[in-house]
Amino acid sequence: MLGYISELIKGMAITMRHMITPPVTIQYPEIKRPVRYRFKGRHELKRYDNGLEKCIGCALCAAACPADAIFVEASENTDDVRFSPGERYASTYEINMLRCIFCGYCEDACPTEAIVLEDKYELAFYDRASAIYTKDMLIVDVPINGQQTPQVVEPGVFTKSIPIMEDPK
Amino acid sequence: MENAGAVALAALAVGGIIAFVVITGFAYSTLLERKVLARMQVRVGPNRAGYIPIPRRGKDDLRLLGGVMQPLADAVKLFMKEDFTPPYVDTWVYNIAPIITVFPAVFSLAVIPWAPLPQWLADMTPHYLAPHGYLAIAPGLNVALLFILAITSIEVYGVVLAGWSSNSKYAVLGAIRSTAQMISYELSLGLTLLIPVMIAGSLNLNDIVVSQQQNGWFIMLQPIAGILFFVGALAELQRAPFDLLEAEQELSSGYNVEYAGMRFAMFMMAEYVKMIIFSAMWAVLFLGGYAGPLVSQFPMLGAVYMILKIVAGLFLMIWIRASWPRLRYDQLMDFGWKFMLPISVLNVIVTGVMIVLAEEGVFDGMLGWFGLLGG
Repeated sequence: MLGYISELIKGMAITMRHMITPPVTIQYPEIKRPVRYRFKGRHELKRYDNGLEKCIGCALCAAACPADAIFVEASENTDDVRFSPGERYASTYEINMLRCIFCGYCEDACPTEAIVLEDKYELAFYDRASAIYTKDMLIVDVPINGQQTPQVVEPGVFTKSIPIMEDPK
Repeated sequence: MENAGAVALAALAVGGIIAFVVITGFAYSTLLERKVLARMQVRVGPNRAGYIPIPRRGKDDLRLLGGVMQPLADAVKLFMKEDFTPPYVDTWVYNIAPIITVFPAVFSLAVIPWAPLPQWLADMTPHYLAPHGYLAIAPGLNVALLFILAITSIEVYGVVLAGWSSNSKYAVLGAIRSTAQMISYELSLGLTLLIPVMIAGSLNLNDIVVSQQQNGWFIMLQPIAGILFFVGALAELQRAPFDLLEAEQELSSGYNVEYAGMRFAMFMMAEYVKMIIFSAMWAVLFLGGYAGPLVSQFPMLGAVYMILKIVAGLFLMIWIRASWPRLRYDQLMDFGWKFMLPISVLNVIVTGVMIVLAEEGVFDGMLGWFGLLGG
């Protein structure tokens, strides 16, 4: 009996101790905790330093996608209207976020490291149509020294779809 | 009675004010429970509704008293809910059950003594409060304790009827558990209540408070009775660790599963008002009621002490809920019948013998507790 009572009092002491410790709550919408290094959030389409898009419209990501969430349509690049290095670029790039399971296979499949799952995670929609993220929503801003696409470039410079990467990771 | 009209009017006014205060208190005791439970689980608890923004230079506003309007927000939400009646319920009983549950809880407010009577109030109510000398809605009732016991027992009818009329197995099981538990613990609770009555020699709650001013608080004289009363009250209130009635895992919520909106809120209200009543009774019977320093000079200070003691009782109940696991059904019955009841009976017998011996003058030469007992 005394054993029971001492256990009960011990339990109450623990709750009282917790009561005077400061709460661990993070006040979410005001304070956001940074995500982990390998967090898989919303996709982004990357650019080269000169502003050209890394995506070449090869649709390997769409092929790798187990949820069939990605739709890619490619068009031809010319030196007057150039979006990306090489022959083709993605004229349409759509990801249905209701289908995406954030597995990251698209990242693995991408030959140019164009698609990366980044740290954005607030993906809420009011209707199903707005769950489809288009290329405009996915692509990152042009770097400071870069130019907006489409660019007018000198002929014969950007002939390779996959340029030699200086520090491949 | 030529002054019956004036007395009735004054009683209505006093009763209205006290009921209003206690029902507001009920709303805020839900907030207290949520806040304290949250802090004990290292959370923050409701802090969005109704904060007071304090502007600070260079930083975001400091948010003071976050969550003060939470009870109001809850009430508004419950009022707005669809008043849904499930099919196949016994409609009449289903509708009347919340009312049967909530009214007795509020009725028992009538006899709680809140403070000694201040002079201005005595002048205002010469035929109502003044002859009795303390502030309560029904000050003259000389069987106040019996009244509370009787009236709170009615509540179980509401619970049973709610469970039965809901036409749901969970509700029925919850109601059955509730009845069995109430019957088991009411015995020892009643026996424990006898102790202050025996020492004070009266069923009137104010007499018990006055007797404690002479004899010392009864929790000091009778710690066992004080603890037994609190445990019995927890069981009567269906609070943790005796909250089998609403064991979420087994019964999903007990007798009130099929209720929604304002009817559900009435069950909640009954529960919390009863918590306040039992805290008040604990304060009155064992913690000296409205007694405290400076009460004889400023009588209304008694009400403040009373409220402080009630909040202390509520806090203890919430603290226990945060700490202890729920009893199993057989453990509950064992504890009630094999432990609480024998100890209460023994306690009554021993106290009775001691009081008789003290009155016979056996302890006259001795100092100590028992010398005090005879009064």
